[in-house]
Amino acid sequence: MTLGTWLALLVAIILAAEAVRALRHRALGNERWRRFFRHPTAGWGVGILAFLVIVALAAPLIAPFDPDRQLDIVGLKNHPPSWTFLLGTDVLSRDVWSRIVYGARVSLGIGGLGALVAVSVGSLVGAVAGYYRRWVDAVLMRTVDVGLALPRIFILLMAVALWDRLPFWVLVLAIGLTSWFGTGRLVRAEVLSLRERDYVLAARALGAGAGGVIFRHVLPNAAAPIIVSAALGVGNVLLLEASLSFLGIGIRPPTPSWGNMIADGAPSVYTAPWTTVAAGLAISLVVMSLNAVADGLRDALDPHEEGGAT
Amino acid sequence: MLRVRDLKTYFVTEHGRGTARAVDEVSFDLYPGETLGIVGESGCGKTVTSLSILRLVPEPPGHILPGSLIEFEGRNLLALPAPELRAVRGNQIAMIFQEPMTSLNPVFTVGDQIGEAAIIHQHLSRKAARARAIEMLKLVGIPDPEERVDDYPHQLSGGMRQRVMIAMALVCHPKVLIADEPTTALDVTIQAQILELLDRLQQELGMAVLLITHDLGVVAGHADRVVVMYAGRVVETAETTELFERPTHPYTEGLLAAVPRIDAPRARLHAIPGQVPAATAWPVGCRFHPRCPYAWDKCVAQEPPLLETGVAGHTARCWLVTEPQRRQAKR
Repeated sequence: MTLGTWLALLVAIILAAEAVRALRHRALGNERWRRFFRHPTAGWGVGILAFLVIVALAAPLIAPFDPDRQLDIVGLKNHPPSWTFLLGTDVLSRDVWSRIVYGARVSLGIGGLGALVAVSVGSLVGAVAGYYRRWVDAVLMRTVDVGLALPRIFILLMAVALWDRLPFWVLVLAIGLTSWFGTGRLVRAEVLSLRERDYVLAARALGAGAGGVIFRHVLPNAAAPIIVSAALGVGNVLLLEASLSFLGIGIRPPTPSWGNMIADGAPSVYTAPWTTVAAGLAISLVVMSLNAVADGLRDALDPHEEGGAT
Repeated sequence: MLRVRDLKTYFVTEHGRGTARAVDEVSFDLYPGETLGIVGESGCGKTVTSLSILRLVPEPPGHILPGSLIEFEGRNLLALPAPELRAVRGNQIAMIFQEPMTSLNPVFTVGDQIGEAAIIHQHLSRKAARARAIEMLKLVGIPDPEERVDDYPHQLSGGMRQRVMIAMALVCHPKVLIADEPTTALDVTIQAQILELLDRLQQELGMAVLLITHDLGVVAGHADRVVVMYAGRVVETAETTELFERPTHPYTEGLLAAVPRIDAPRARLHAIPGQVPAATAWPVGCRFHPRCPYAWDKCVAQEPPLLETGVAGHTARCWLVTEPQRRQAKR
């Protein structure tokens, strides 16, 4: 670690803390956001996520070494953590901290994009099923049942087998398209009740078509469960990516992802535990933060908590 | 202008236990520029009639039976393909609803919602739609329209919201406005304001209004003609003054007697005994006979058609028209 990278790390921490502080300050004026920060760990969750996002974005500044470079395959193999190698080096003498930093790009990227795909598809399918009901609903919901019944990992293994070397976007799509089932069912249930609202009838009486009604009047009012399921979804997708990479079919080495770092370090887990523990901790931290944020959002967006007109 | 003939809207009840004949062979006409009142108790088919006109009856369980006709400017709305029907909705026939509290979308500003119909039908830009929304807010008498246009529904009172609903409905200057109990959810002083507003707008814009209400006071003050509905049927039609002076159907009589009067001595309010039967099991014969003070065996045996009373435009579905002497023999 050089002085520059230490400084960059410090700036990242300060920025993350500052972001949380600013949010907290703005929250004072708004009932919903006050409820969000009343949650004991939601604030910490936001801070940790903000920190990791900053780290991922500023990876070249914060990582002291090239993540793929084998520094000295003989002398620096499985070097324990030190001031030079903050989290030690792995079996191929690569700096673990640098790989964690660059891995954040890949892992958070897949998590965010995959969850985006999953939530978009889920919301759309759920809205269409709930709005049109009858056979459309029956067909779509049986599809969801099938999707939930099949173990996702097998579907992904099948999909992945079609490619020799999996492109990033295919992985994102494959994960996204196998993760929307829960959201779909959730949104459908919400839409079934929303479609009976008077303002939906009023919109139809004004001549709005089905698309306009769904996108303007139904989905925005279902935002609360969609947002919560998106926050939880990012964590799930991240875990899925980690397990795929651990099995060696997700992100291919040498590109670091937290999942394949665990896979790389697994054989030497007794002699050099730092190679696996760091990535494992990073994954746990993100998933726990996301769960806390989702929890806080659920409190914030819960209409039952709404204290009259805000 | 709007011609409704033999409108039948039935609902299949859950588990197929029966068919609710919510609206059964209803016919009436709405002429340009007039206000036609539709009155009746809850559950007699007023709202379903109004929803049927724009084909907004939830399907399933409801369906409009073939043979029904709703003719607007020479076109049968019931046979119109969906895109053409949408072009009529909100553009030529608009509707305002009973509950201003729930009929506005909580996540959009009132300006957005008023402008929506203008964007759909007249393809205005967002900016033009906003200007139109401000204009409409001014028209319906909302103070500071430039500021209110960016308010969310929860920031407005019930009366204001109903004005917003009216603004939404009138944005495209429809030829027909269907007002389904527009004032039921409001308190009395606001009711009067809203009804006066509707009267004023009707004169300014020259539209026909179908005023659906259970309140005969509202009808007396604002409708030109009245259709009285009971149990899914039209039971009496007349001009407003004629109806109030010479109610012919015993149900109309009962409704009029039930209105509290400011000039009458205080007494217990009159009530029609019993209640509207379930729509799955209308009584045989005249549907009002179980509650009718004059009913005799003919009423049970056979349902009367709409009979001419002798005054132009006044018809009643009651055998008393043919045997007026029975009116003396109250049960």
